[in-house]
Amino acid sequence: MKVRVLLFARLKELAGVGSLEVELPEGATLADVWRAVQSTAAGLGAFRHPPLMVRDLEYAPPDTPLSGGEEVAFLPPVSGG
Amino acid sequence: MRGKEAGIYRIVDSPIDLGELVESVSGQGIGGIATFLGSVRIENEGKKVLAVEYQAYAPMAEKLLWKIGQEARQGHGDLRISMVHRVGRLEIGEISVGIAAGSPHRREALSAVAYAIERVKESVPIWKREYYADGSAWLGPASPPPPGSAQKKGKPGGLPPE
Repeated sequence: MKVRVLLFARLKELAGVGSLEVELPEGATLADVWRAVQSTAAGLGAFRHPPLMVRDLEYAPPDTPLSGGEEVAFLPPVSGG
Repeated sequence: MRGKEAGIYRIVDSPIDLGELVESVSGQGIGGIATFLGSVRIENEGKKVLAVEYQAYAPMAEKLLWKIGQEARQGHGDLRISMVHRVGRLEIGEISVGIAAGSPHRREALSAVAYAIERVKESVPIWKREYYADGSAWLGPASPPPPGSAQKKGKPGGLPPE
């Protein structure tokens, strides 16, 4: 299955890309997507903490299962205001 | 604007119009309107800031602004609230975030604005990057996490100011 992944701010810069598509086996979770993204973008190694994880515009825990076609996002700590 | 929920919940890339925000929470039953504006400060933690850049995950941010608005209205069905956050490059003194709340009585309007800005800062997917004379940094969490789980702030480096 495929999911679209978005990265923002510091994560986007470390990865060198703000959007990518990831292919994963059925039953993969958000944490699996993060591992896959880290393995394709070496620069993310500099980000040592787990990011905030988002599935279809909602914060979700790392063990959230995916069914394919979702929009996933990984976010550094927010700093708006 | 009419109706119980006519609030504005928006990420914008142009200057924030306070008049529009106030108008959106005004009405014949409103007796008090409170506003909050966040502006770009020239100094942060001892460093001189030349300019800032805000980035947002806009569809999620607008959804969360709406959600915070509904939280603020819990138990105050006649409260009106609007929230706008700007993205892109902002100069010192420019307005980055604007919140307006209108209510039959002042107390609810004042506390709704105070509540909303705290929730915006802690949960809405928006990031600020500060530009200095010697580089730039994405800022970390608004309130520091407990010791042991501390996330480091971004280190200076990256693109110079435009």
